Amino acid sequence: MTQDTAETLEHFERTIERDQRIEPRDWMPEKYRATLIRQIAQHAHSEIIGMQPEGAWITRAPSLRRKAILLAKVQDEAGHGLYLYSAAETLGADRSDLTGKLISGKQKYSSIFNYPTLTFADVGVIGWLVDGAAICNQVPLCRSSYGPYARAMIRICKEESFHQRQGYELLMTLMRGTDAQREMVRDAVNRWWWPSLMMFGPPDADSTHTAQSMAWKIKRHTNDELRQRFVDMTVPQAEALGVALPDPDLRWNEERGHYDFGEIDWSELKRVISGDGPCNAERIERRRKAHEDGAWVREAAAAHAAKHARKEVA
Amino acid sequence: MEGNWPLYEVFVRGKRGLNHVHVGSLRAPDAEMALRNARDLYTRRNEGVSIWVVKSEDITASSPDEKDPFFAPSGDKVYRHPTFYEIPENVPHM
Repeated sequence: MTQDTAETLEHFERTIERDQRIEPRDWMPEKYRATLIRQIAQHAHSEIIGMQPEGAWITRAPSLRRKAILLAKVQDEAGHGLYLYSAAETLGADRSDLTGKLISGKQKYSSIFNYPTLTFADVGVIGWLVDGAAICNQVPLCRSSYGPYARAMIRICKEESFHQRQGYELLMTLMRGTDAQREMVRDAVNRWWWPSLMMFGPPDADSTHTAQSMAWKIKRHTNDELRQRFVDMTVPQAEALGVALPDPDLRWNEERGHYDFGEIDWSELKRVISGDGPCNAERIERRRKAHEDGAWVREAAAAHAAKHARKEVA
Repeated sequence: MEGNWPLYEVFVRGKRGLNHVHVGSLRAPDAEMALRNARDLYTRRNEGVSIWVVKSEDITASSPDEKDPFFAPSGDKVYRHPTFYEIPENVPHM
């Protein structure tokens, strides 16, 4: 290591140590940059793919009010994806290249979006549990060491709060309805509870990136810490809603001051992440088709811009 | 294709009386589209009353490195701050 790189590395580490932010044009270790691009891209892809499970219910929403809410929510997911692609670009990543990597399967997205939305109650449960878990994950990322990522997360977290509340309100409405509607909620909670816990990633012992990401303050808490926080937050919400969570081992542990919960089926997470979930192929195919079907719009816009640029010169 | 679209930086004035603040970037075929996309992307909840878009490549920036001597000239001029001057307590409105 030359004196110069030693000095810049020390400066980088001191900035992080003092809880200051790293900004785009700062020197940073290549591995820090690569880790961030991987994490931000994966996060952006999740937002973009995340439009599909709920988007499927826009045309079938039971009222104009629910339809308008759902449209706004899905539009937010698109926005979140774009904030994040914007942050990734500050690291030198190229947006169209990232889209290519999503479509070709080179980069991943959250396993949760590979599950189907079978009834309208799923829309409520996604808002409550999936967005609730996302908020748990994302609030600490607002203090992530990389400035543009942290700023994007602040924006996203502000908007996620609406997502979670509309979901919970939807479920409260169903719970006040008929037996059949309460059964829809119960069924949806049963299907989404375990996949929501898997959203926090593998257990700490098996998480390959956690230690380095914590040292760099890209991540602020481990997967298991965040998972526990989510369970502790959610149990009283389930009680208020009057719905049971599908885990016989779930109980308050006085000594730990936390809820104990049952063993997660990690083989399922591995299976779904590696492409063998119920909807993996469908999600990617839909994204690829949307991208290809939109090609003429991009070309027309570029042609229009080129024509006007010529006129201005003339 | 969209890889060829230029990158625009987006600045939003939150309300009258405030400066425009940088909020992020987006890609668009031209400035007009950049402005429209910026409205949809960055002001979905009344976050702004005015938007600027600037091609990223048109921005000239200082080096971010703190050790850079660029900002040194302001570092040693404490007399530019009001606290540098000692005025007796009993002098009013100072």
